[in-house]
Amino acid sequence: MSGAAVSPGRTNLHRFLSGYGQEIVVLLSIVALFVVVGAINPRFLSDTNINSIFAGNAYIAIAAIGMSMIIMAGHIDVSVGALIGVIATIAGTLAVKGYPIWIAWSLPILFAVVVNAGVGTLVAYTRIPSIVVTLGMLSILKGGLISATAGEWITNMPAEFMIAQMRPFGIPSAVWFMVALTIIASLFLRYTDFGRSIYAVGGNMEAARAAGINPERTVIGVFALHGLFAGVAGILFATQLQVIQSTVPPNLELTVITASVIGGVSILGGTGTVIGSTLAAILFACIGSALIFLNVSAYWLRAVLGLMILATVLADMARRRSDK
Amino acid sequence: MTAAKLFRHETILAILTVIAMIVLASLSDKFFTVDNLLNQGRLMAEVGLISLAMTFVIVTGGIDLSVGSILGLTAILLGVFWKNLGLPLPAAIVLAMACGTFAGWVNGLIITRFNVPPLIATLATLALYRGLAEGISEARSVRGYPEWFFFFGQGEVLGVPFQLWVLGFATLVAAVILGLTPFGRATYAIGANEVAARFSGIRVNATKLWIYTAAGFCSALAAVIFVSRVTTTRSDMGTGLELDAITAVVLGGTSIFGGRGTIIGTALGLILIQALKNGLALSGVKGDGTIVVIGLVLIGAILVGALFDKNRGG
Repeated sequence: MSGAAVSPGRTNLHRFLSGYGQEIVVLLSIVALFVVVGAINPRFLSDTNINSIFAGNAYIAIAAIGMSMIIMAGHIDVSVGALIGVIATIAGTLAVKGYPIWIAWSLPILFAVVVNAGVGTLVAYTRIPSIVVTLGMLSILKGGLISATAGEWITNMPAEFMIAQMRPFGIPSAVWFMVALTIIASLFLRYTDFGRSIYAVGGNMEAARAAGINPERTVIGVFALHGLFAGVAGILFATQLQVIQSTVPPNLELTVITASVIGGVSILGGTGTVIGSTLAAILFACIGSALIFLNVSAYWLRAVLGLMILATVLADMARRRSDK
Repeated sequence: MTAAKLFRHETILAILTVIAMIVLASLSDKFFTVDNLLNQGRLMAEVGLISLAMTFVIVTGGIDLSVGSILGLTAILLGVFWKNLGLPLPAAIVLAMACGTFAGWVNGLIITRFNVPPLIATLATLALYRGLAEGISEARSVRGYPEWFFFFGQGEVLGVPFQLWVLGFATLVAAVILGLTPFGRATYAIGANEVAARFSGIRVNATKLWIYTAAGFCSALAAVIFVSRVTTTRSDMGTGLELDAITAVVLGGTSIFGGRGTIIGTALGLILIQALKNGLALSGVKGDGTIVVIGLVLIGAILVGALFDKNRGG
């Protein structure tokens, strides 16, 4: 590292910046966006809009926490959008059919954990790349969902089921979930053996094995955990509107993966934080909203997303090259 | 690996395809008719063209997730060049196809020049190209193409759909290139061991750049046929096509890790999938049910492949 010879204070700052560089960039971008767009169109800063940016996209941030762990472990999951759609539909159906609310919340999450543990087992023991397994899973979940529901919407869900719409202490519960899960996941990744083994497996699988980690078990565990986060995201997604459309939210997996990558999770595995991915999910939500308030057609949103992934990935590759 | 082993997978696949055909024919008497089979060939052409290029991509150990988006972008540009910019339709077709090919070249450039893993590079361009298509079209569709244009997607030559001729010709060309030329051998060498290939003087980056560019070209060609077949352009055209193409290639025996695979296998994989889709639909399974089957077939095929690999002591 170039700053090694300077005074200790600089070195700490340098270490901090190089450790959290991406997170700081994303955070500053969010602040800059709020200032600039707010100055052009003050309605951007209205309570309703800020509420919809944070509460309406918390489920994406939560799914991105799980996705970040998957990518840190050196894998990927392109079926998460379909999984969230399936979870939302199962939860809504259970709630409408009159099952106890806690069952309507927890059973779909359990389903997500089991499905993803299965995916993880396939990935870990057969060595089939996760992209292929999850591509297959994507079409199974998507096709299964549309066949089972015939595209019918779910309405008339009981009010006590709508957890995303509750506002403990005046703040939407979706935001509470987002903040709490981000903190818990950060601590988990940093301070538990399992959390650290995720980084180790993603950094170098054989080295991790030599260090006494069981990479197969770690991969299965990561996928199961990812299922847990996707499950919570699915429940929030199901309960944020009065209707569940029983379809796979378009491009959700892409948004989730992008949040992880832009938040600083290296696509080559081994590094990254979930604080970054949560911030990046918020940044996207801000960009999407800002486009509307700046009268830019929302049709360009995906092109912007694509450019951002590309730019981040190229920067990541450049940084890795200069680190060597 | 000997030629005998290579042929074994294709033989099994061919037998499987025949069995599937017999079963499907017994389930519905509409399945095994000339009309239906030719019509299925028509539907197969777009994904077929892309699968041919995808075979090369996967043999090098790469992947291209952006093919469906390139198809959508090319289709939208074709409509915009013709309708909004007022270019003559032939010029619009050529220009749009050039853009689609360029999009493939950009993929190759990102992958070879900046060392970005193909999965991530094409995931980003999947979003970018589809986003451009959406942004440029603003969800408006273009219709009202002249009658002659529909020949590419709906016309027939000697009683066989035009695009089936195109697909047949492209399959032949791809099979010759991959199987019989130095370029094909370079493709296998890169997939088997990229570093070794580099040290043996193979121009790895140039080869890969050509292959990703070709994938762009095939997607663009498929776009023209697609637009001509359905007589309209929409920005969501070709969504999810990458999955169909990858499934066909992998089902055809191409190793997802690279280094192994044939065009014949891909062609058989394509036929099997199309037969399954069509046969299941004819026997009453709804459209979305068939996606489930394809997902299961994909995972199953790779699982079986992986188990064989293990038994071989690899």
